Amino acid sequence: MNIHTSGRQWPAEGLTRVPYWIYSDRALYDEEQERIFRGNTWTFLCMEAELPRPNSFRASNLGDMPVVVTRDANGVIHAFENRCAHRGSLLCLKERGEAREIVCVYHNWTYDLAGNLTGVAFRRGIAGKGGMPSDCKPEQHAPRQLQVEVFAGLVFGTLGRNTPPLEQYLGPDHVARICRVMRAPAKVIGGYSQIIPSNWKLYIENVKDSYHASLLHMFFTTFRLNRLSQKGGLVVSETGGHHISYSMTQDIAGKEYEQAGLRSANETYRLEAPDMLLKNVDEFRDGIGLQILTVFPGFVLQQIRNCLAVRRVVPRGLDKTELVWTCFGFTTDDDALAELRLRQANLIGPAGFISMEDGAAAGFVQRGVAGAGTEVSLVEMGGCGTASEESRVSEAAVRGFWKDYRRHMGL
Amino acid sequence: MNIDHIARVADLNARYADAIDTDRLEAWPDFFLEDGRYRITTAENVAQGLPLSLMYATSGAMLRDRVTALREANIYESQRYRHVLGTPLITAVEANGLRAKTSFMVARVMRIGDTMLFATGCYEDHVVMNARDGARFAEKTVILDSRQIDTLLAIPL
Repeated sequence: MNIHTSGRQWPAEGLTRVPYWIYSDRALYDEEQERIFRGNTWTFLCMEAELPRPNSFRASNLGDMPVVVTRDANGVIHAFENRCAHRGSLLCLKERGEAREIVCVYHNWTYDLAGNLTGVAFRRGIAGKGGMPSDCKPEQHAPRQLQVEVFAGLVFGTLGRNTPPLEQYLGPDHVARICRVMRAPAKVIGGYSQIIPSNWKLYIENVKDSYHASLLHMFFTTFRLNRLSQKGGLVVSETGGHHISYSMTQDIAGKEYEQAGLRSANETYRLEAPDMLLKNVDEFRDGIGLQILTVFPGFVLQQIRNCLAVRRVVPRGLDKTELVWTCFGFTTDDDALAELRLRQANLIGPAGFISMEDGAAAGFVQRGVAGAGTEVSLVEMGGCGTASEESRVSEAAVRGFWKDYRRHMGL
Repeated sequence: MNIDHIARVADLNARYADAIDTDRLEAWPDFFLEDGRYRITTAENVAQGLPLSLMYATSGAMLRDRVTALREANIYESQRYRHVLGTPLITAVEANGLRAKTSFMVARVMRIGDTMLFATGCYEDHVVMNARDGARFAEKTVILDSRQIDTLLAIPL
């Protein structure tokens, strides 16, 4: 089946080949916005903890589309397009705050916290002159309201008419693994954002690629945070689009990396103060030291030891992606655990001992394939399927992403 | 206004920035007391009273580990910084030290020649002076004006 706008065709080999034009086709980018981000998928908008009180709001995104997420006076969470019914101006010009109503600065049109238009300035004119004809219905042009579901303290939204209920969309494995992390009421400890110089799909592939984790990131390997020989597994949802990669803290002390002569197994590399970063508390009581979980299209929930974060993947153009990081702990944390999370945050983000390379790696591919035309990448580690497995020397989750992507895109 | 106070902080930061800009990162931890603190955060986190940092070290050992990781472990395209520093604003004079704010702008120059305004912000420093060490940072907090970092923040600011 061909995509209407571009006439592109997926390689005959199927999921083991990804065509490079997928990262640089403008028409495809626009179609992704329509079919995926504004289609029948759930997008993570913010943490419930970011809307702490009635009348709180938070700016977010549904793909390209700016949205406002609110908690109304009754505590109900809403999300709607951040666009005035009148001339399309942004309604909300702050990242977060509190308000009883949303007022467009351009012409003072007002909205309630559900996104309903409640007032048009001088609608009937002044002293019988000017104003809007009585048959004009500005309400019909109101910002689109998203369907919202809150699960385990995470707020998701969708514009799709046929999006399955959130828990069904996530599937039982993801429901259980999200609840595992969100074990108590969350408390935001801060955030930042990282501009990834690549198409959004290259970053997503990177997150789902359990094969690269201990090969690119030497920090992981040397300190046995995550070696592919550590016990763990890879879970791919039935749709393919969501994945979980996890590993146990206990290492089996294998020498596979050293024997293979891999760069990332430098035995002589030691930290002076490893405990300051790597000491951890088994707060989830299951020995899992690392769990990276994604939900199609652009949500990441991360547990690296005691360092917890959600990441929103926001496309900002064909070759630019904003990764919005929000780090959190729990309201039940004692001072020691709170401090541990802050220290371990050295591992993540744009300056993270582990994460810094990911931003660059996606950019290396974007630049590397600039002249690759109809060439394809090879995604054949672990075979050609998308099933869950114990081995993380596998690209099953990357193939799973493309399976779901193609389904949504009709490609 | 005490010119001597301003000169002490300005001199320490000038030497600090020069060590980074000339890739003498091994000298970077020596600008701090052994129990000195260093962190990079954003104005947005500070405004909300949130404690998260992008880099966070509470000892010389953690600072030296940053350098070791950059030299031996982390993978990033070669790049350099150029710091431009403002005049220190002395905010407090204490028995054995000074507290000061200094604006900075950092350009990042990539291997292939791309040069961009990479970071702007403010150093909030607690500078301690003693006979043995001279002037050192007991605490240096780098507060970024923007919450956005382009690609990665490998070299300290």
